[in-house]
Amino acid sequence: MINAVGRDIPEEILEITGKDVFRGNHYFDGKQYKKHGPTTTCVINSNGSKLVSSIHDVLVKCGIRDGMTVSFHHHFREGDYIVNMVMEEIHKMGIKDITICASSLGKAHDPIVPYIEDGTITNIQSSGVRGKIGEAISNGKLKGLAIMRSHGGRVRAIVTGETKIDIAFIGAPTCDDYGNCRGIGGKSNCGVLSYAISDARHADKVVAITDCLVPFPNFPAHISMTQVDYVVEVDAIGDPAKIATGAAKPTKDQRKLMMADYCTQFVVNSPYFKDGFSYQTGVGGASIASTISLAKEMKKRNVRMRFGVGGLTKPMCDLLINDQVDCLLDTQDFDQDAVESVKHLRHFRISAGEYANPFNKGAVVNKLDFVILAALEVDVNFNCNVVVGSDGMITGAQGGHPDTAAGAKCSIVIAPLLQGRIPAICTEVTTVTTPGESVDVVITDYGIAINPRRQDLIEAMKDVDLPFKTIEELRDIAYSITGEPEKVQFTDRVVGIIESRDGTIMDVVRQIKPFEFTEE
Amino acid sequence: MKIKKPAIAGTLESSDCQVTVEEGEGRIELSLESVVINQFGNQIRRVTYETLERLGVNDVKITIVDKGALDCTLKARIEGAVYRSVGQMEHLPWGGAVR
Repeated sequence: MINAVGRDIPEEILEITGKDVFRGNHYFDGKQYKKHGPTTTCVINSNGSKLVSSIHDVLVKCGIRDGMTVSFHHHFREGDYIVNMVMEEIHKMGIKDITICASSLGKAHDPIVPYIEDGTITNIQSSGVRGKIGEAISNGKLKGLAIMRSHGGRVRAIVTGETKIDIAFIGAPTCDDYGNCRGIGGKSNCGVLSYAISDARHADKVVAITDCLVPFPNFPAHISMTQVDYVVEVDAIGDPAKIATGAAKPTKDQRKLMMADYCTQFVVNSPYFKDGFSYQTGVGGASIASTISLAKEMKKRNVRMRFGVGGLTKPMCDLLINDQVDCLLDTQDFDQDAVESVKHLRHFRISAGEYANPFNKGAVVNKLDFVILAALEVDVNFNCNVVVGSDGMITGAQGGHPDTAAGAKCSIVIAPLLQGRIPAICTEVTTVTTPGESVDVVITDYGIAINPRRQDLIEAMKDVDLPFKTIEELRDIAYSITGEPEKVQFTDRVVGIIESRDGTIMDVVRQIKPFEFTEE
Repeated sequence: MKIKKPAIAGTLESSDCQVTVEEGEGRIELSLESVVINQFGNQIRRVTYETLERLGVNDVKITIVDKGALDCTLKARIEGAVYRSVGQMEHLPWGGAVR
C-alpha cells in the first residue's frame, strides 16, 4: 500500500506488524488510548535489600527466559558497557529469541553481533544502529524485523504497550542501594537519564546498574527507587572518555562555515526570530557553527532566546552562561561542558517523553520555533533520510529528527551538496525517515531551497540576499558534477522498518544485494 | 597503445582513485573496487572503457580502487597510469587522446 510519502509498503509487512501505513503528521491528533501499566512487584518488607551481587543473579531474579524484551538507554553513547555486559550474560545462560529495545545502538555494541547470528537476539528496536550491527541487519542476519523509531516514537511505543519491556537495564552514574538513580556524578557522568525514564515507568522489572554506589538517599533522584526492583554494582558501566567528549573544536571547514552563515542569515531574517524565540540544533560541525554565529547575531540585534532544547553541546550551554537564553531543556549531553551545565539552576532535565512523544498531551518539540538538522539525503519532495546510507547499508539513527522537524515552526536541514561522490540532494531518498511535510528549508553549500509548501517563508525571504534555488536546481547541480546515481540493488526481503513517530510505517529497509554490473 | 610495464597513478585519498595497469592477456580485464559501487559502478566501468578506447588500449589488466572520484579524476588517473606504463612523460596528446 502506498503511504503519504509515496512509499509502497508491502502488504505482508503490514500483516506481520499489524501496522498501518503513514498517513500524514497529524493523522492521530486527538486520538484516545489507554496507557500500558507494568506488572509491579511490591517491596513492603523493610529487611530486604535491592542489592544483587551480579548481572547473572539479577537476570535469574528477574526470571529471564526465551522471548523476553530487554531495554537499554544510550546516554553513555560510544562509551557504553551496559548493553554488552548484559547481553553477554544472557548469551552465556543460553537464552534465545531476545528483543532488544534500546534508545540507540552504536559501534560500541559491535560485540553483540555474534548473538544476532546465533539467535540469542532476534529482534531489535532502536533509534538506529551504526557499525557492525547495521551491517548485520542490512545483510539479513537478524531473524526478525529491526524497528527504527524516533526518540518520541520509542516513548509512544512503550507508553501504549506496543512494546512491553520485561526488564529495563538502567546504567546509573550514581545510585543508592534502594535504586535512586542520578545521571550526575560518579565516574561515568552523563548528566541526564532522559531516555530511561519511560523504561523505568513501564517495564515490569527495572534493574539499575552502577559503578558508583552512594549512601541513601541519592536525591534529587532522576529515576526514583519507587520504580527500581534491583541494584547491581559493577566495576565500570562506561568509558568516561567516550561518554562525554571534550567540546568539539569549532569547525574551520570553510564549506561548513559558509552553510552555518547561510543558516544564521536565514534564521535572523525569518519572522520567528524575535525576543522569546526557541531553538534546537544537533551536534554536526555546521549545526554547532550556526549556534555560534547565531549567538553573535542575537547579541548584535539584542534578541533573547526563551528556551533551547537538546541534545546539548557547549555552544548551547554558553548561551545560558552568557545570559542570552532563559533556560535549557535537556535530554542528552554530548560534551563535558553540557554535563557540567546540568547543575545550572535554569538547565532543566526533561524525559524523552516530555521532549518528543507525539502521544502525550503535547511535547516540547511542538513549542519549537527553529530546529537545525542534518541529513544523509534529501529528495526533491524534501523527504529526508538519516538512517540508511546511500549504499543501502543501515548506518544512522532517527534520533529526534522526525520529532523536532514535525514540531518546529521552521525546520532547517543543513547538508553539503556532495559528500565525496554522493549527492545529498537527490530525486528519491534511499529510505524516508522524515517526511517532506516536516521539512521547511534545505541549506547546502550551493544554495538554499525553501519547501514550496511554505509560501509564507518564500514570501518573507523575497528581499533577502541569500542564494535561493529550487530543490530541483540543487539536485541538478549535484548530478551535473557526480553523474546521476543508480538505484541501490536490494533483495526483496525486508529486514527493517522505519517507523513514523505515530507508529505507522514510513518506509521499509531491504536486505542489501552484492553489486553486479548491469551494463554490457 | 601497448601496455609495456606495470604502472600506477592516483592515491587512496577520499575523492581520488588508484589505477594500476599491467600487461593484459589479449583483452581488457577490469577489477573494480569502489566505495560508491552501488550507485556508480556501471558509470565507472563505462568511463574506464571509454577512456581506454580513446587511448587505443585494448589489451590491459586494469585495477581501480576508487574512493569516490569524479569522472574527471578517474579519466586523469587512467591516462596517467597508461602513459607511465609506456614511459611517455612528454609530448602528451593534450586535446587529443587526453582530454
